[in-house]
Amino acid sequence: MSIEILMPALSPTMEEGSLAKWHVKPGDTVKAGDVIAEIETDKATMEVEAVDEGVVEAILVDAGTEGVKVNTPIARLAGEGEAPAPAPKAEAPKAEAKPEPTPEAAKAAPPPAAPSQAAGETGATTKAPAPATLNGSGDRIFASPLAKRLAQAAGLDLAALKGSGPHGRIVKADVDAARGKAPAEAPSFPGAAPASAPARAPQSLAQMGIPDGSYDLVPLDGMRKTIARRMTDSFRDIPHFPLTIDLEIDGLLAARSKINAMLEKDGVKVSVNDLVMKAVAVALKRVPEANASYSPEGLAMHHHADIAMAVAIDGGLITPIIRKADTKGLAKIAIEAKDLAARARDRKLKPEEFQGGTFSVSNLGMMGIKSFASIINEPQGCIMSVGAGEQRPVVKNGELAIATVMTVTLTCDHRVVDGAIGARFLQVFKSLIEDPLTMIV
Amino acid sequence: MSDFDVIVIGAGPGGYVTAIRASQLGLKTAIVERENLGGICLNWGCIPTKALLKTAEVYEQLGHLEAYGLSVQGRSFDFGKVVERSRGVAKQLTAGVAFLMKKHKIEVIEGTAKLEKAAGAPKAVVALKAGGSRTVTAKHVILATGARARTIPAIGFEPDGERIWTYREALVPKSAPKSLVVIGSGAIGIEFASFYRALGSEVTVIEALDRILPVEDEEISKAAHKAFEKRGIKFRVAAKVSKLAKSKSGVSVDLEVGGKAETLAADVAIVAIGISPNTDNMGLETLGLKLDRGHVATDKHGVTNVPGLYAIGDVAGAPWLAHKAMHEGVHCIEYIAGFKTPNLTAPIPGCTYATPQVASVGLTEAAAKAAGHEVKVGRFPFKVNGKAIAAGELDGFVKTVFDANTGALLGAHMIGHEVTEMIQGYAIAMTMEATEEDLFATVFPHPTMSEAMHEAALDAYARPLHI
Repeated sequence: MSIEILMPALSPTMEEGSLAKWHVKPGDTVKAGDVIAEIETDKATMEVEAVDEGVVEAILVDAGTEGVKVNTPIARLAGEGEAPAPAPKAEAPKAEAKPEPTPEAAKAAPPPAAPSQAAGETGATTKAPAPATLNGSGDRIFASPLAKRLAQAAGLDLAALKGSGPHGRIVKADVDAARGKAPAEAPSFPGAAPASAPARAPQSLAQMGIPDGSYDLVPLDGMRKTIARRMTDSFRDIPHFPLTIDLEIDGLLAARSKINAMLEKDGVKVSVNDLVMKAVAVALKRVPEANASYSPEGLAMHHHADIAMAVAIDGGLITPIIRKADTKGLAKIAIEAKDLAARARDRKLKPEEFQGGTFSVSNLGMMGIKSFASIINEPQGCIMSVGAGEQRPVVKNGELAIATVMTVTLTCDHRVVDGAIGARFLQVFKSLIEDPLTMIV
Repeated sequence: MSDFDVIVIGAGPGGYVTAIRASQLGLKTAIVERENLGGICLNWGCIPTKALLKTAEVYEQLGHLEAYGLSVQGRSFDFGKVVERSRGVAKQLTAGVAFLMKKHKIEVIEGTAKLEKAAGAPKAVVALKAGGSRTVTAKHVILATGARARTIPAIGFEPDGERIWTYREALVPKSAPKSLVVIGSGAIGIEFASFYRALGSEVTVIEALDRILPVEDEEISKAAHKAFEKRGIKFRVAAKVSKLAKSKSGVSVDLEVGGKAETLAADVAIVAIGISPNTDNMGLETLGLKLDRGHVATDKHGVTNVPGLYAIGDVAGAPWLAHKAMHEGVHCIEYIAGFKTPNLTAPIPGCTYATPQVASVGLTEAAAKAAGHEVKVGRFPFKVNGKAIAAGELDGFVKTVFDANTGALLGAHMIGHEVTEMIQGYAIAMTMEATEEDLFATVFPHPTMSEAMHEAALDAYARPLHI
């Protein structure tokens, strides 16, 4: 009996991914637990392990194939002791499927997978400059010609729509529903706000005066496309504003030295960034209005502080998340942060480790940046940009003095976090940082 | 336990297709038919009329063979054989439906069903043709009982079996009438007018509205009017008939056109003023079934207000077309089977098989404008189409209506030779939500009359190639 190996779901929400690499070839013998392939979503690479023993009979999906749907057979194993049959080329993965499902099967069958949701999506609605018929992972989006044109006219991103036509094709009714024009049969588009103006069409570099041949073109990979899309959408569509505050961190640095001395025997080292995240978690608990997301249905007031930390990696960045940081001690935060950052650089994060989050921290202090304002990481209400701690002249009791000062900037989504809320959060944050003992209380 | 998963009441095109699809989906299915498998369509409608109209077309062509360099002497017909052929065609197809029912293991129950309230879906008590009665139950009951010719006895619009006909009598006459009045210029009226005129009857068509084929685009109505007039059919439009009566030698029709009273005399009158849905004597009122202007009220899946009861086809509303009934039936049973049906509005084409033929799909120009569309309209006549010229079929044209802003094809309208075989091209385009560019980019084979469809799309954007 042949055993089919199916495309695995790397996270509960994953619908498709790319088959990056095969570690086996037909004829190889595998044991349960052997790594047989690598699957890539737009942000992470995961290894697929064999569950059964056997001889690889056929590779059904070639390495490098993008947009492989979850549960599609990707390879076939001949069971133990069986001679592997040569891969009959006529046999399609689903050749055995009956032409007509029984009513039961029809009921049980999942609705056609939306071809549009990129694995790294957080569910935020987006608008694209043009009705790209490729989604964030470079896969084709199926939409009727009229739907494409209507989406373009309305400045809607097809990738954000769910198709209700045959095989999940996006049809006019879906675009109309997204524009709030017609009653949607199944309202599947959370952000039905019509675009205020059609986005501009992208110009070619040559049109903008940079001649062809004067540069090397690096192809856009999934991560770059995702960054480009999400940042463009966020910066364009979210009314954001920065709040900047200076923090004196001499007390914090002293506390850090003490803490690290204590934790040395455990092999744990706490960074300034870990302290910042701890302070953010406590501050969010005290000012819960800042721990919120905007959605058309209402403001989502999060129960916990899931803090995403921006990690620069080769070819881009990624924001792994310390879940429920408000319930975790400093040492635990430090350990988790170190592990997440390391695995992020190896691209070994699972999607659920970087999707979501309620607040982000981005730190460029170690590179000497004094202050900067990050772009909101949808659907989070705030992102904090942490600058370098440096000795600066300060005025204390009417006299000039020297202190170690760090500037942080909070970028807020004004739809959910107003100026006063952001300011209150920063006040609390400042008091925690400047008097770290209060974090414990 | 129910006897069946599904019972379909009525074995017309809507009913039997629904039953086949149900069986394909693994549902245990029965179909109840009181008269003939195939219903009106196969026995008294679509099919036998097409047989008659083919006779008319061939006979008419024999009349001008010289145009093709041919000649024939003594063109004549045997009316009895013409009708016999038509009946034979109907019979053959009815047998075909019986075969299909058997093939799909659908139990055919011959008799008249009456529905009664039951715990789940209504149960059907069938007065069997063979005598006796049988009660059958199912989880789902689908009404596909169709419709019949509308009559208005008060003003004489009622068949008498001799001189006043509906489509039914008009299909099996003993002889062709010398003179004929057709009341109603919809597809049915026009097809009979066309048939009888081709075989030599003096035909006058009376239409209450201001133009013939009133559901078609105005330009098509106008062109059809002209083409039929050329063939000798007379028309009275915007005519109000006050009375249809038998006279000594035939019938007389009292009517008023533009304030002027007129009486037409003829051997025979055909009443073709629309249809009435078959909802009577089936116990529907005891179920509390909701009707809408005589038709069973349903949602878009055919679901009625009575649990377990569905309705599709003519009995569920306009347009009263066999293909609409089949489409609804398949959709309904797939919905019952739990399919997630695609969210598409498939436009339903309409065809009139006169000479020349008329076919259309989607919105007329006027309807598109009334719906608020800014439109682009294209036209292309067959008289400059190579294949049409070669075939000597110069009558007619193709008209397209696009939304000026989105390029969506809103409607297409055709009149000419065999246009009923071409309209599905536009139907596919509309169902797939094509825009003008998709039609521009489609390759139409040369030489075909379908090239006029391409040109009509190009013309809407002022870029036709052959005119």
